[in-house]
Amino acid sequence: MTQQPVPLDPSIAPPGTRSFRDAGGIPADRWHADQNGETLVPTHCCFCGVQCGMYLRVDRGGKVFGVEPRNHDINRMRLCPKGINAYQQVNHPDRLTSPLLRHSRDEQFREVSWDEALDFTVSEIRRIQAAHGNDAFGLLGGASLFSEKTYLVGKFARVALKTKHVDYNGRLCMVSAAGANKLAFGIDRAGNPFSDILLSDCLLIAGSNVGECFPVMTQYLWGARDRGATLIVVDPRETAIARTADIHVALKPGTDSAFFNSVLHVVVQEELDDEAFLGAHTTGWEEVREAVAGYPPERAAEICGIPAEQIVQVARTFAGADRAMAWHARGIEHHSQGVENCLSVINLCVATGHIGKPGAGYGTITGQGNGQGGREHGQKSDLLPGGRSITNPEHRRQICQIWGIDEAELPTAGTSMMEMVWQMQRKEIRGLIGICNNPFVSLPNYEVVKEGYDTAEFHAQFDFFLSETAANAHVVFPVTTWAEDEGVMANAEARVVKHNKAQEPPAGVRTDTWVLCELAKRLGAGDKFDFAGSREVFEELRIASAGTVNDYYGITYDRLEETGGIAWPCPATDHPGTPRLFEDGRTYHPDGKIHMQVVEWHPPMDPYSDEFPLSLTTGRTVAHFLSGNQTRRLGALVEQTPRPWVEVHPSHGFRDGDPVRVVTRRGSEVFPALVTEAIRPDTVFVPYHWPVPTAANALTVDALDPRSKIPEYKVCAARIEAAERIDEVPVPLTPPGREAYPETQVSRTDPLPPTAPQGRGTAERS
Amino acid sequence: MMGRTIFIDPGRCIGCQACVSACRECDSHRGTSMIHLDYTEPGTSVASLPTVCMHCEDPIAPCAEVCPADAILVTADGVVQQADTTRCIGCANCVNACPFGVPKIDLQAKLQMKCNLCYDRTAYGLAPMCATVCPTGALFYGTLEELRAERPGVQVADSFVFGDVVVSTGVAMVVPADKVQWPVPGGLPVVEINGVDVR
Ligand code: SF4
Ligand code: SF4
Repeated sequence: MTQQPVPLDPSIAPPGTRSFRDAGGIPADRWHADQNGETLVPTHCCFCGVQCGMYLRVDRGGKVFGVEPRNHDINRMRLCPKGINAYQQVNHPDRLTSPLLRHSRDEQFREVSWDEALDFTVSEIRRIQAAHGNDAFGLLGGASLFSEKTYLVGKFARVALKTKHVDYNGRLCMVSAAGANKLAFGIDRAGNPFSDILLSDCLLIAGSNVGECFPVMTQYLWGARDRGATLIVVDPRETAIARTADIHVALKPGTDSAFFNSVLHVVVQEELDDEAFLGAHTTGWEEVREAVAGYPPERAAEICGIPAEQIVQVARTFAGADRAMAWHARGIEHHSQGVENCLSVINLCVATGHIGKPGAGYGTITGQGNGQGGREHGQKSDLLPGGRSITNPEHRRQICQIWGIDEAELPTAGTSMMEMVWQMQRKEIRGLIGICNNPFVSLPNYEVVKEGYDTAEFHAQFDFFLSETAANAHVVFPVTTWAEDEGVMANAEARVVKHNKAQEPPAGVRTDTWVLCELAKRLGAGDKFDFAGSREVFEELRIASAGTVNDYYGITYDRLEETGGIAWPCPATDHPGTPRLFEDGRTYHPDGKIHMQVVEWHPPMDPYSDEFPLSLTTGRTVAHFLSGNQTRRLGALVEQTPRPWVEVHPSHGFRDGDPVRVVTRRGSEVFPALVTEAIRPDTVFVPYHWPVPTAANALTVDALDPRSKIPEYKVCAARIEAAERIDEVPVPLTPPGREAYPETQVSRTDPLPPTAPQGRGTAERS
Repeated sequence: MMGRTIFIDPGRCIGCQACVSACRECDSHRGTSMIHLDYTEPGTSVASLPTVCMHCEDPIAPCAEVCPADAILVTADGVVQQADTTRCIGCANCVNACPFGVPKIDLQAKLQMKCNLCYDRTAYGLAPMCATVCPTGALFYGTLEELRAERPGVQVADSFVFGDVVVSTGVAMVVPADKVQWPVPGGLPVVEINGVDVR
């Protein structure tokens, strides 16, 4: 289905706008309709987990050329700068339009036919697996893929490649929250829809720079505040929302669970807990209560570097509110105790009875568009479709039946994304296919990542731009953007939305679905991968999820097109979906109870020392998305934030724009200083969207949470020192583009102008 | 009071520049943004606010008043249009006259460009692009009643002082409740207005 013409109708005007009728109506030959015979295709943004609705403007020639806001339930016309500029990548000159191939990394890429690229890939898979076993070949997927494709990635790994090594870049995103939610509630998703924020009286935002990472959610926060809701922000930096918060807890990175345990300690001390709720609906409360007794505010204040009174104030405010909600993101999840941090927040919500009611509950803020849906259907190393466990015999049996394979053939659990890189270093994994990910920028400890990939004998990558990681590959498959295919994504509310196809892919480009099915055919599993497109994959996904917690059975493309999206579980086609969980007081554990878990704080994995006394923490900037492979090519976004910077407190004696060297145990890099009182004196911040030589992730530590295997991006020990010369601050590399291969990378050396404003200071001025 | 217009609420702005990007997408000056984002306390806070054309009412559009080519039209409903391409000589008088620093000159095209309140959209009942997308509502398009329905008790100001001159505008600004009885300081520090200390 291409280009559904959508007449502009009054529903796209924002609330309160004069209706078209009042304004005399839009004559059929006016407005966009007159311009180029233009049509508007309703779809969603390709970027973050809000999944804002938007229209893509399509010209008479069938090409996407612009964007128009859409009055979708989620965003009500709002968009952030990434969403507004997203359409520009669809027909971008850097698009890959032919498969690229080389036999060794010393050679240059040549453009080859699809057959040659596919046959070579299959011969390399066969060669490696024949010599070293099936598990010597791995697959890394991505959480920006439609759910249909993530389902296919998991099935392809287990059925066509027959390897246990499959994982995805959502591992770097919200798996800590997923793990915690699963432990506590038996279901891996946010408890409430965004609209509940408007009904809440107290909002606690932990480790989330909502303004820059989830800008469109701010309208819900401000909406709640218009009604008088209190805002508590827990973040080492004074972000745009922390600036206006009632309480801003600027704690030291890596101390979150000590803080939340202490808040719960005060709740217990002051008898603000909801004993009736705890008695009826939970297990483990006694143990948790005993554990938090060890966290009096004085002790936590010392660990967290905050005033003890603030802990008391947060406890009274959150517990005392009629309806309170907690939302968290990578700030508390990207830690070697990420799961525990999330559990400590859940313990607080549960102990105060703020669960399962309009305006009361918890949620996690997803980074990638399909960060939620990306792991639900078997792309994660330990999961099968429907969130089934790959180690559970009953779950294995069910899936083998659907896939039509013998149970003995189904591999067991593999390892996580970072662990797979270590395995590549050790030659345990010798071949890899990457789909829609860019670990050269997104994984911690770049040197290790590079070594792992360089050691691999064969590496193929699917992408629509030549990412830093694709530039290392032997084969690159040019695949579609979100605007050239259809499929579903689940946003941070677990609301499944449908993306529509707005234009035909450029000549030479294929969908990821087509490429996976072709590879499967050549590997001899063609009968299991006979899919004409997303729609057919979705039908199988629905069936494969039926009866599980992650039940998609009742969700159909037709229903999604008629509604603003449906939240799973949705077991039947007449079921309305489940926007809010636990309304009946039951969780998804067999006993229906919330399983509270004891959390003990421990220090971050990379220890401070005299040599490395500061915390380095990383994060996003509003103009860029993840590894920047997409956004670092879009002019307006590059202009808005051209390069990373290091945020330092004035007490270090630097001036704005000074070259500052950030040193950690992994290496050192020079960034221009952004001097601001909006950060703790013992903490420095670098945004992570750029590759070396300005890559925050060349400095971060590859320590993992033992349960979620998420890397500890948000804290490592560091020091800063003055760099000698201003031109030591490198200009970030232009991302590799189509015209850039065979060299694959363009390097630029123009020095930084001495007084250039950095980062957020780069305001547009005529 | 004012009709349907833009209200700017700096307290909500998160500095995301969605408005800047959206303005670039508007068909009336596609490719160039007419909004700039200001950081009010750099180094201390992340506070920011967008500057859009204020559509001055009294004195009526200084940019239009000083234009020697009569290129800047003010419509009956108070919208100060961008320069008429057939008249503008690119002299930049308007840039110098504007108290809010709004108009831009494209030197090559010898053409002034500025926000015209997305006249192509607003004339058909749509909000301007910037106020449509602003994720926080820092830019709001509607009437004062509509704004107050969403944000009870909100106070706005539509006059600004620059030295001795008070400029009242078609676009309004959300201000703290205790500041609303006086014009909001524009360019210079204001100590007193009409003999009343407003510090
Ligand atoms: S990146 Fe997120 S907030 Fe921005 S437009 Fe896209 S979905 Fe909305
Ligand atoms: S879009 Fe809104 S929040 Fe973002 S910079 Fe502009 S005015 Fe501020």
